[in-house]
Amino acid sequence: MSIDRREFLKLAGISTILGMGGASAVHGLRSRVEASQIMPNPEALKAKRWAMVVDMSKFKTAEDYQRCIDACHHAHNVPNVTDNLKHEVKWIWEETYEHAFPGTEDEYLAEEIKELPFLILCNHCDNPPCVRVCPTKATFKRKSDGIVMMDMHRCIGCRFCMAACPYGARSFNYKNPRPFLDPEKENPEFPTRTKGVVEKCTFCYERLAKGQMPACVEASSGALIFGDIEDPNSEVRKVLGSRYSFRRKPELGTRPSVYYIF
Amino acid sequence: MLENAIYGGRRYWAWIFFLLSLIGAGFIAYIYQFQNGLGVTGMSRDVSWGLYIGQFTFLVGVAASGVMVVLPYYLHNYKKFGRLTILGEFLAIAAVVMCMLFIFVDMGQPLRVLNVILHPTPNSVMFFDMAVLSGYLLLNLLIGWTVLGAERKEVGPPKWVKPLIYLSIAWAPSIHTVTAFLYAGLPGRHFWLSAIMAARFLASAFAGGPALLILLALIVRKYTKFDPGKEAIQSLGKIVTYCMLLNVFFLGLEFFTAFYSQIPGHMHSFVYLYTGLHGHSQLVPIMWVSSILAAVAVFMLVFPQIRKNESLLAIACIATFFSLWIDKGFGLVVGGFVPNPFEKITEYWPTLPETIITVAVWAIGFLVLTVLYKIAISVKEEVVFDKYGERQIKAE
Amino acid sequence: MYNAGKIIIGLLIFAGLVMFPFVYSGGKATAKPDPKVDTPEILKLPENERKCVESKAYMKREHMKLLNEWRDWVVRDGQGTYLNTEGKHFTMSLQNTCMKCHSNKKKFCDECHNYAAVAPYCWDCHIAPKEKES
Repeated sequence: MSIDRREFLKLAGISTILGMGGASAVHGLRSRVEASQIMPNPEALKAKRWAMVVDMSKFKTAEDYQRCIDACHHAHNVPNVTDNLKHEVKWIWEETYEHAFPGTEDEYLAEEIKELPFLILCNHCDNPPCVRVCPTKATFKRKSDGIVMMDMHRCIGCRFCMAACPYGARSFNYKNPRPFLDPEKENPEFPTRTKGVVEKCTFCYERLAKGQMPACVEASSGALIFGDIEDPNSEVRKVLGSRYSFRRKPELGTRPSVYYIF
Repeated sequence: MLENAIYGGRRYWAWIFFLLSLIGAGFIAYIYQFQNGLGVTGMSRDVSWGLYIGQFTFLVGVAASGVMVVLPYYLHNYKKFGRLTILGEFLAIAAVVMCMLFIFVDMGQPLRVLNVILHPTPNSVMFFDMAVLSGYLLLNLLIGWTVLGAERKEVGPPKWVKPLIYLSIAWAPSIHTVTAFLYAGLPGRHFWLSAIMAARFLASAFAGGPALLILLALIVRKYTKFDPGKEAIQSLGKIVTYCMLLNVFFLGLEFFTAFYSQIPGHMHSFVYLYTGLHGHSQLVPIMWVSSILAAVAVFMLVFPQIRKNESLLAIACIATFFSLWIDKGFGLVVGGFVPNPFEKITEYWPTLPETIITVAVWAIGFLVLTVLYKIAISVKEEVVFDKYGERQIKAE
Repeated sequence: MYNAGKIIIGLLIFAGLVMFPFVYSGGKATAKPDPKVDTPEILKLPENERKCVESKAYMKREHMKLLNEWRDWVVRDGQGTYLNTEGKHFTMSLQNTCMKCHSNKKKFCDECHNYAAVAPYCWDCHIAPKEKES
């Protein structure tokens, strides 16, 4: 019985595809880890949608700002990339009014407001364009509480989210971040990142899971108000209901969750 | 048919080895990038897409342009393109291969690339881009190989190829529309947030791709016994002319919207690219080169007396190709990131490793193109023509 | 046979390449991996409480799967606590649960991983506990 090359190749190809398909089907049906019971930590803080109010009137000195920034960057092992500003990684930082709210600048604005440093971070939008564009759902909006999360294990480093974010909130690890960490100040309870993934503020989901407020909020001595915006009794709602607040680029329809008040 | 690629003269092999050496250098540069991260490129926190994605964007256009020869021949029976279709399809294959490679070298975690398939996300335009590009590659491979194989055996192609060809005609514009959607749907980037992005992309694709195809056809005629046909080249030239005019027109429309409305967000990127902004003007010279080349190209193409002269047509095509290559392959991508969302400016220029890798990917594309063209032309030389005259088998 | 010379030489080269790893290691087996569980943190616990998240046999076989599932539950689903088959609760965390007891990565994790020549990339991000001089 002879078989010609073409027939043999066809046979081999179909056998391979069937074999691989069969193997993965069997593998998928194999009994998995019995998730006897998985549950959120009992002490975790819960909210329908976390939001933050930045009370600019409570920030008086440069240290007030730096404390919040340092608290965040130390808690999360954010690298201090000093050799090339192009590769800097930052989760929370300061910008002056014309840079934080571009398009609203005005030469007749009060000088003190022009020079006021605003704290900038990921806005955890309710309609986040970064989530819309991510091809792997590595960044996603948590259904339980609205936090725009990062799954560092899944991120392929395509940086589409960085193009999509209208707020410049995201940083990419252009190189290995570990050499830029201060070993003294390292937080051994939180991972670092590796080169080739995008990172940003995650509203301290790991602290919320332990019943703690986000690091910047805790360090702000009341200047940052954090709470459930859908709970009418939360401090966030009380503040928003009593004072004029504004957000960054609201006209884009992203529905940011970070508000600013004077 | 593949064996045709290993029979060649000294010039052929010299060209192959030249390409292989470029690829080798690029491979080493890529290992350097893989180990050290994308920081070895010129990209930054502000300009997070650079030469790689720009080249990808440009090449999707070249890939889509295959439809410009396939559509007239198969849908409208324009027999004159009969000798060009295989060249167009094989150019599309080479271009798509380059597109995929540019995406791969741009990824921060390339080993995780399968995540796009394991976790499909239909709302992400990038997922769609991967899907339609892969589909287009498969389509062109299948169609090109089958039709060429049938020609070699001096029979008509099998019936099932026809619906696939019609599918590829519809698919081609879609791949480039999806690529335009990568840019045109991002709320924070006013340089890109324009409905005309897809139209601009298609117009520039159908100008740049056929321009390259004309140049390739002229090279093929010069170095082999196969002649794609004077009239075919002239028809393609007309296509390049009209599409280049459209492309320049569309760019003018963008300028009008930006500058008549006087909205800063819309104007700033144009100002940066063409005059410099706040003292940053690194890209101004090349953007003007692109504009001048476009003007020269349009001038040369519009006048039939110039266009009919094949040497001048070649120059016009070179001008068209490089004008669009600069505009779409560099200016468009970088311009979207400057100024950044904070109205600050970080400039971008590719680094040496980035350039070597880019050149190597182009070399891989040209290698694929050379091999495929060698096969196609070997077949055509034997079968479609005899040694002295023109004898073409009936296509259907 | 045709080209007998070339074929036989080719076969000899092939045989040499295949035999090389065995000849090179001199025919002796490498030592069986011996992961050590005598970290100070484990020794502090009373004998009857020195139990991992699941049984030793289970963890040996399935710890990779378990960690994958923990990762997805914590990062993607917002869960935090795992109830094991014996009714004990654990916070799902590599750094803060697993490595709190198994604080000796080199003598525990790496033992088997090096033997099996696998390099899981967990440690690119997750900070391994500082090795103590024993």
